Amino acid sequence: MRIAIYLILLIIGAVLPHFVYPVLLMKILCFAIFACAFNLLLGFSGLLSFGHAAFFGGAAYVSGYLIKNLELPTEVAIIGGVLSAALMGWLVGILAIRRQGIYFAMVTLALAQMVYFICLEAPITGGEDGMQGIPRGSFLGLSLKDDLTLYYVIFTGFILAFLIIYRTIHSPFGQVLKAIRENESRAISLGYDVPKYKLLAFVISAAFAGFAGILKMLVFNFATLTDVHWHMSGDVVLMTIFGGIGTILGPVVGSSIIITLEDQLTDSAGDMVTVIMGVIFVVCVLIFRKGIVGESVALYQRMLGRKNLPQVK
Amino acid sequence: MGILCLGVTMIKTNDYILTTQNLSKSFKGFVAVNNVNLKILRGNIHALIGPNGAGKTTCFNLLTKFLDPSEGSIYFNNTDITKQKPAEIARRGIVRSFQISAVFPHLSVLENVRIALQSKQKTNFYFWRSEKTLKELNQKALELLHLVELETYHNQLAIELPYGRKRALEIATTLALEPELMLLDEPTQGMGHEDVDHVMKLIKSVSTGRTILMVEHNMKVVSGISDCITVLSRGSVLAEGDYQSISSNPEVMSAYMGTQATESK
Ligand SMILES: Nc1ncnc2c1ncn2[C@@H]1O[C@H](COP(=O)(O)OP(=O)(O)OP(=O)(O)O)[C@@H](O)[C@H]1O
Ligand SMILES: [Mg+2]
Repeated sequence: MRIAIYLILLIIGAVLPHFVYPVLLMKILCFAIFACAFNLLLGFSGLLSFGHAAFFGGAAYVSGYLIKNLELPTEVAIIGGVLSAALMGWLVGILAIRRQGIYFAMVTLALAQMVYFICLEAPITGGEDGMQGIPRGSFLGLSLKDDLTLYYVIFTGFILAFLIIYRTIHSPFGQVLKAIRENESRAISLGYDVPKYKLLAFVISAAFAGFAGILKMLVFNFATLTDVHWHMSGDVVLMTIFGGIGTILGPVVGSSIIITLEDQLTDSAGDMVTVIMGVIFVVCVLIFRKGIVGESVALYQRMLGRKNLPQVK
Repeated sequence: MGILCLGVTMIKTNDYILTTQNLSKSFKGFVAVNNVNLKILRGNIHALIGPNGAGKTTCFNLLTKFLDPSEGSIYFNNTDITKQKPAEIARRGIVRSFQISAVFPHLSVLENVRIALQSKQKTNFYFWRSEKTLKELNQKALELLHLVELETYHNQLAIELPYGRKRALEIATTLALEPELMLLDEPTQGMGHEDVDHVMKLIKSVSTGRTILMVEHNMKVVSGISDCITVLSRGSVLAEGDYQSISSNPEVMSAYMGTQATESK
């Protein structure tokens, strides 16, 4: 059943750019990676970061700088950007993980705002205009100028990120994360150095958030302040909750629907988009607590009368 | 006071697994634990009793370093552990349970025990490894579940177990670490008679080869299985000794009366 779903999704992902505008699809994939990375933290470690835009946008700036100013190959720029995101994640993580709940969120938000101001003020980031005109170059010999080629590169990147995050969730490390999410004091009393596990989860999550931001930069050829703005941190929270916190596919579904909606509505509804997103958020929190995927899984299990089985395999 | 607690099976009478010196904790001026000198004999089942609010749980939190003592020191096997972190204490062999049920609610019953077995593995940070590698621990986890008669529920989520079984699951999880010293905070609280008897027998049977310090309100359990009793009242040790000397001690009686009898639990 599970394998069938993944196979169908894989096929859809492979043929869809022939029917739908590839740039929109690429944007969806980037945000799907971002939300999956975020979900690793919120859904599987119980940590609500409100500063993930810093890694998403920060890595985009770093990679953009490596490509545009230092004229390094795309491969190097991607690796450099991901490493910078991981490093930022490590720094923010060290300062934040000893705080609980809302204080954790506040520390991540405050540090992300610092990254925002650096991006606004630093001489190399282009200030309010952002870093524009980052050339697409080539990747492993493939020219990225063509949207369709870029799509398949990014699709591959998405699959890779998804698989690594999936494995992380279903690893011995992932088991410990879930235990910490479920009952932190009990995990400590069983001898786990909880801060170390949280820190590693934070670094992995930040690295993939950065990866998502870099890919988005490659698609649009720019890195802007929007990517590091706290709105972006809020958007990823919304996508994850909407799709289903702590589910495997939830973040992918959530980001697909929200990006598509945004895309459709900006032309017709203009500024109303923000309001509509707000309404979706409220409805989710009040009625569909488990998100689309979470509720569907629950419904499916109820139909089978197997609700006793653990949800996460 | 001054009555020695002799372990029935002990040969040496001064082989203490855990001692504290002048252990104190105050919360913004309020002294919850006051100058407590505990001496726990190796191999004993040692009960810590006292009226509500006496400081028993705070004591546990100090011993396991979930709280930092305001003053005093803690020795485990003659090593000063006062400065260590809670996770280190656990790895040394002091494992605690909690007063309120502390399972991992959305993990399966099997996973609850396995997570404890897993804590000794070296692969815990390997995020690239499949969790299937943990299957080798399943057998051991099932044996532990068998001990507390939860084997048949191993596939269920812990949250779905009735209260008494949750507490049994906690004991199995704690046992998985093979602790030298087990701290149980009210293991029978809120249980029906049958469950109480069962848990009492269970504690007795797992006490071979290890030391148990338990907070317990149920006098039947205390009199039934403990070798030694320490009575706390308002943060200080009021009396210490075996059940007979404690139960006939007028000071202990009045301490319980003063706050309302809790024996009826
Ligand atoms: N974190 C804290 N901050 C302030 N006061 C506290 C704290 N923890 C405990 N206390 C106080 O310390 C006293 C002792 O509490 P403790 O929980 O240790 O009692 P106890 O003996 O375990 O009682 P019970 O039988 O009800 O479990 C109580 O008066 C409690 O209000
Ligand atoms: Mg207590």
